[in-house]
Amino acid sequence: MWKQHGKLERHSLLLVLGILVVVAIGGLVEITPLFFLESTIEKVDGMRPYTPLEQAGRDIYVREGCYLCHSQMIRPLRDEVERYGHYSLAAESMYDHPFQWGSKRTGPDLARVGGKYSDAWHVAHLTDPRSVVPESVMPPYAFLAKKELDESDIQLKLAALTRVGVPYTKADIAHAKADLEAQADATASGTGLHQRYGTKVIQRDYDGNPEKITEMDALIAYLQMLGGLVDFRTYKADSPENMR
Amino acid sequence: MSSLNYETVARFAQQGGTVYFAVMFLAAFVYALWPKHREAFQDLARLPLEDDEDDHVGA
Amino acid sequence: MTAETQQQASPANAVVLQILMGVLALGALLATAFSPDPLFRLQGWIFLGAFVIAGAVLTIGIANGQFQNDQTKYEDGVVRAGVIATLFWAAVGMLVGVVIASQLAWPRIFYFPDFGWLNFGRLRPLHTSGVVFAFGGNALLCTSFYVVQRTCRARLAGGLAPWFVFWGYQLFIALAAIGYLAGITEGREYAEPEWIADIWLTVVWVAYLLVFLGTIWKRKEPHIYVANWFYLAMIVTVAMLHIVNNISLPISFLNHKSYSAFAGVQDALTQWWYGHNAVGFFLTAGFLAIMYYFVPKRAERPVYSYRLSIVHFWSLIFIYIWAGPHHLHYTALPQWTQTLGMTFSVMLWMPSWGGMINGLMTLSGAWDKLRTDPVIRMMTVAIAFYGMSTFEGPLMSIRTVNALSHYTDWTIGHVHSGALGWVGFISFGAIYCLVPWLWKKERMYSNTLIEWHFWIATIGILLYIAAMWVSGIMEGLMWREYTPQGFLAYSFVETVAAKHIENVIRVIGGLMYLSGTLIMVVNVWKTIAMPSSVRQVESSGPAAALSAQA
Repeated sequence: MWKQHGKLERHSLLLVLGILVVVAIGGLVEITPLFFLESTIEKVDGMRPYTPLEQAGRDIYVREGCYLCHSQMIRPLRDEVERYGHYSLAAESMYDHPFQWGSKRTGPDLARVGGKYSDAWHVAHLTDPRSVVPESVMPPYAFLAKKELDESDIQLKLAALTRVGVPYTKADIAHAKADLEAQADATASGTGLHQRYGTKVIQRDYDGNPEKITEMDALIAYLQMLGGLVDFRTYKADSPENMR
Repeated sequence: MSSLNYETVARFAQQGGTVYFAVMFLAAFVYALWPKHREAFQDLARLPLEDDEDDHVGA
Repeated sequence: MTAETQQQASPANAVVLQILMGVLALGALLATAFSPDPLFRLQGWIFLGAFVIAGAVLTIGIANGQFQNDQTKYEDGVVRAGVIATLFWAAVGMLVGVVIASQLAWPRIFYFPDFGWLNFGRLRPLHTSGVVFAFGGNALLCTSFYVVQRTCRARLAGGLAPWFVFWGYQLFIALAAIGYLAGITEGREYAEPEWIADIWLTVVWVAYLLVFLGTIWKRKEPHIYVANWFYLAMIVTVAMLHIVNNISLPISFLNHKSYSAFAGVQDALTQWWYGHNAVGFFLTAGFLAIMYYFVPKRAERPVYSYRLSIVHFWSLIFIYIWAGPHHLHYTALPQWTQTLGMTFSVMLWMPSWGGMINGLMTLSGAWDKLRTDPVIRMMTVAIAFYGMSTFEGPLMSIRTVNALSHYTDWTIGHVHSGALGWVGFISFGAIYCLVPWLWKKERMYSNTLIEWHFWIATIGILLYIAAMWVSGIMEGLMWREYTPQGFLAYSFVETVAAKHIENVIRVIGGLMYLSGTLIMVVNVWKTIAMPSSVRQVESSGPAAALSAQA
């Protein structure tokens, strides 16, 4: 009786094992090579980790589910390149945890929305989308301008991102809060911020309200830098390692 | 270890994957069509119909 | 075993669970008290509430001498609970779907500037998780618990463990759903729940696997029926996908937020490997298991070809797992991976149609039932939609077609022909079978109401997917249209405005489908309230059996 029972058990475990072997292989073959790609991702100039304010804005972008209607992945098709700009490179999302390529364009692609509109336009549009684009179906985000940005966990966030591979330095983490506040204030000294993240970092009061740093500040800071990091004058699209 | 770059891993994955796929599919196919299994399968197909229950009153 | 040991055996099971609930409640209380993060505290309160209620119920039960070793042949209580949960979440998930469809059709009416948590971006994961994981998941849970017992001729293993799986899964749904509204999300489609909900689901899911396997180990049949293969593949693979895809690092163990361990292109591929196989294993393999049990059972004929079902099984699970990269055509993903994903997606057409033929041909010789039995008709239409969407899917995975269809409403239409047509209808069919069996009734309360459900929902699906085909292909073509001078013909917002009518038709279609579900809820409610037929048989022997026949 027991012998028989054991045999039956093995049988079902064999089935489980068979299923596992069969379903594991596809992932192994398709995904594993990509982790060897990491070191050979396109060589581009200009990529840097997000500044603390931009990362905080990105987290709001994720929180509000923007990716459900906006892609951040321009395909190398003629109309997309003309509408949105240079097609997206793998290198451009190398610091994105998680990726936000999206799968649906209920609204337009945002991979290169940075610098296309003024801060004031973004504030008006996010507050009441139909006040600037009457046909829009986007939800209103007026509450972002009222809500003060929670800065208390910004160091934790940068530290966690370092552990998953984003190259923030110890100094970046130590100055995270100061850098965040400096970037949202046009009158602050931006020396440290520019030293750590480069001189191209935009430093200004994004939401037009100098009294406090709001979630609106952070989100617009993120939107305004999207797609603008890589220097395409030095990118060779047809060099062999970029042709995969 | 220097040879373990993206190209070699990708090529190995592509060729190995193809062979693996063919072998797995053949194995399942042969198992299903093996003559000895015929009778067992016919019994199995009737299994849901032979519930010894009193609770399928209305079905 | 003596009666005495039996009486002790089962409460031990309950006492262990009771102690576990106490410990978990304490843990939840401490974590909630010490966390500086309001969203983490929200999750903590949900956990705490659930554990306290569970602990109280267990305590009262043990005190009243419940949870004794049940000697009845099958554990059907948990299946009955699963049926009710399935219907409840179906109504909730579909209602949220109608709301977000209305937001896209009439944004000036259905958005509330003061209630940001009702915005599309937060409700959409609630809709997708609500229908896929809450409605679909409960349908899988209750049918698998029913089928594995019947085809193994064994009672569910693990004493109270199936109840732990059931309520643990509801807790996961509550955590995820309330979290979405509050803004807790990992930001990856169909895998939105944050790390702590993910860990909880892993625990519940492993318990589910053990209950399922334990029942198979107890079986009194020499073989394992093919429906159980599909359920098992669903459980095992979903565990693998869930764990790998959700590897992420919390920013602190007292904070709700975590960052994915992967970045950019690796994150994208892992996510769509998960996302596509959630469709393949959760929404396909699991519901094929339903088909392989309930269609033969209802038609009273064995499955058309058992051999085909074996080939169907292995080729389906093998091929599906490769198809994910078709979600990433023309992206920064290496081209060979895209091509591989496309090739396997096209090959997937064969096993899918093998399964469809096997399901449909099971009815051969019983075609008259299509006319007389709306439940058979519902399941047949489900199989037809399965065939339709598994033909459309491979088509859309071809690169050049995908160049047009990707990012458009066409994808939404495709998903819904599978979800409403296949997953929805096969589940409804199974529940219409199950309710009289589980509650010991002769039949459903009203066949007419089933007819109404069938027709109103079928027309709803057709309206929905037709609208999405039109709007998807239209916007895809408008995005790439040029003027004779070589400029883009339309601005983006013109393509948004062009879809208004289709968006309205989608709301109507969705509303019809939801109405069908509500009709079903009423019908099930009335059926449960009907006088029971079997109890009479049991209580007064042959005389009552005669009256039941009459």
